[in-house]
Amino acid sequence: MRTIFRRLGFYVLAAYAAVTLNFFLVRMLPGDALQNVLSKLRSAAITPEELKALAAQYGLDSHQSLASQYFSYLGNLLHGDLGTSTSKGVPVTAVLGTDLPWTIGLVGSATVIAFVFGTLIGIVVGWRRSGFFDALLPVATFFQAVPYFILAFLLLLTLGFYGKVFPYAQGYDTGNPDLVPGWNGTFITSVVEHGALPAATVALASIAGWIIGMRNVMLTTMDEDYVLVAAAKGLPQWKVAGVAARNAILPSISNFALSISLVVAGSIATEIVFSYPGLGYEIYQAILTGDYPLMQGILLVVIFTVLGANLLADMAYVALDPRARKES
Amino acid sequence: MTASGHLGEPVLEIRDLCVDYGVGKKAVRAITDATLTLHRGEVLGLAGESGSGKSTLAYALTRLLRAPGVITGGQVLFHSRPQGSDTTRTVDLLAAGVEELRVVRWSELSVVFQSAMHALNPVARIDAQLTDMLKVHRRKMTAEQRKERAIELLRMVGITSDRLLSYPHELSGGMRQRVMIAMALALEPQVVLMDEPTTALDVVTQREILEELMQLRQRLGFAVIFITHDLSLLIELADSIAIMYAGRIVERGGAQELFHSPRHPYTLGLINSFPALHGEKVRMEGIPGSPPALTSLPGGCAFHPRCTFALDRCSEEIPVLQRPVADSDGTERTAACWLQTDGQTVPQQLALPASAKLPAPRGEAAGAELPEPDGSIK
Repeated sequence: MRTIFRRLGFYVLAAYAAVTLNFFLVRMLPGDALQNVLSKLRSAAITPEELKALAAQYGLDSHQSLASQYFSYLGNLLHGDLGTSTSKGVPVTAVLGTDLPWTIGLVGSATVIAFVFGTLIGIVVGWRRSGFFDALLPVATFFQAVPYFILAFLLLLTLGFYGKVFPYAQGYDTGNPDLVPGWNGTFITSVVEHGALPAATVALASIAGWIIGMRNVMLTTMDEDYVLVAAAKGLPQWKVAGVAARNAILPSISNFALSISLVVAGSIATEIVFSYPGLGYEIYQAILTGDYPLMQGILLVVIFTVLGANLLADMAYVALDPRARKES
Repeated sequence: MTASGHLGEPVLEIRDLCVDYGVGKKAVRAITDATLTLHRGEVLGLAGESGSGKSTLAYALTRLLRAPGVITGGQVLFHSRPQGSDTTRTVDLLAAGVEELRVVRWSELSVVFQSAMHALNPVARIDAQLTDMLKVHRRKMTAEQRKERAIELLRMVGITSDRLLSYPHELSGGMRQRVMIAMALALEPQVVLMDEPTTALDVVTQREILEELMQLRQRLGFAVIFITHDLSLLIELADSIAIMYAGRIVERGGAQELFHSPRHPYTLGLINSFPALHGEKVRMEGIPGSPPALTSLPGGCAFHPRCTFALDRCSEEIPVLQRPVADSDGTERTAACWLQTDGQTVPQQLALPASAKLPAPRGEAAGAELPEPDGSIK
């Protein structure tokens, strides 16, 4: 328990450092968010008063000192106020609120699927040492080696554009007026269908890592004496494999938590290719339009998922490995 | 004087066991024609230098050899007689099916591994590791009974029951080895294989554990195959000893006989390479040279390049295990040495009379008390 609290303290500190960095980083970038807003409003003539009002709206009042900007930024943050998106004119939290579920749903489920199947296959491949599943390795490695976006295009063209098996753009069927977003069958089906290709991209591209990682640790673990003891005890095969797998899975668990932290940022290419309405697509748009508040907001989300996932990894590790519980 | 009263009928017979590492052209023979018999309640010591094949032999007979170890021939007959039963059932462990083998493992033949540090599952509690085989082999036991048995087992090896919920890393080395022993005895097996069970421990703990082990053996009456490179330990502990060299058994005999009157030059070398606690100071003599690599064994007797008594014949023909000329009657001892065949002049050190000055060890090695006729020493 003490270990967990100590880790928690560390994460609070790390979060604070990251939030601070987030503030200064954006201000160190060349260009001015206000300029970007103005360039969009080119046609309109703007009075200095309006400019001031805009600056206040976006929290970019350059007459304030950096320190007071920083503290009002922190204060706003604590209230859950991330400012207003300069390109969309709506609060950043609202943008995040609509985008985040899509990304988490898509990349999250794809990551979980890749982890679960990859690890299971890895256990079997490691346990059997050879056989049918071993032939799977080069195939999986091929998909890992192909860049994300090329894999995405391949799937889009074969199964989407020409094969017409799955739809290949948007998060759901936006052209169908009967479709009401919400918890109803037709909408969910549409979402799953639209998610299939991007999810397959993410899963295919990452599954080889899980298989190989698990297989390698499994192979070395099987040489441990305690696995031999389990066999000598006359336990059934699957129990012996279980003893080995239970020990071999520890590194995979921490890798899994780390890969969860990449969910938010790791899907940019995939989301762009499939015009998926998620956070990856959004950050791309934010960079194009110079929407600093939105970028900041997305960065914050990334920071907190990384930290949260790491904390989860720590807790999972402590729960699974008794040796990690005792610390000096 | 074991629980079964005397060294009874054989419980484990190893016949012409051969083990290779690797297959095809690159195969290296690790064990050649090993033949050994373990009697009920007997402690059989298996000694030899590193790489002589003693552990390989032990793992082969339980079919726990790791790849690339392959058993290429022989039989391991296990004469199982469950407690309270009068009928003996014989299983060839090398020919047994997976399921048949699984049932024999641990319930009738268990193993104590060299390093308890690595032999206990680091992520499972002691109670889980003491009861998982009960779950599999004693299906009728309830969870409550299993727990009771685990407590009983721990008490048997001198560990309090509050350790039941500990993890292996929370125990000391000696405690871990005790847990391992408790684990090995959980199903009251007829044979326990011990692969250097105390090598990783300091000498004090080593002695404590060995004494406990021997008491448990007296009480429960299981037979032991004790593998070690420490011959001095075996002479105290074992009823009979088999000496291995380069994958072959080169001498076999009662522990005291073997110590007082070795018949194979290699055994003599081993005995001469540890100091006596009493008596005058003598310059220690090791065995010159080092054990041969199994990939390039010398022709003939594998020991001949290091042997001070080597004959011409030794580099040409491989000697077989046979009764030494000096022991003409009664004893079960054998040695694989050309010096011990008829018509040879046996060096004096290898022809000492087999009479033991000390009383025979526990397992009354039959006939050991009889002095040999002097005529055999020429």
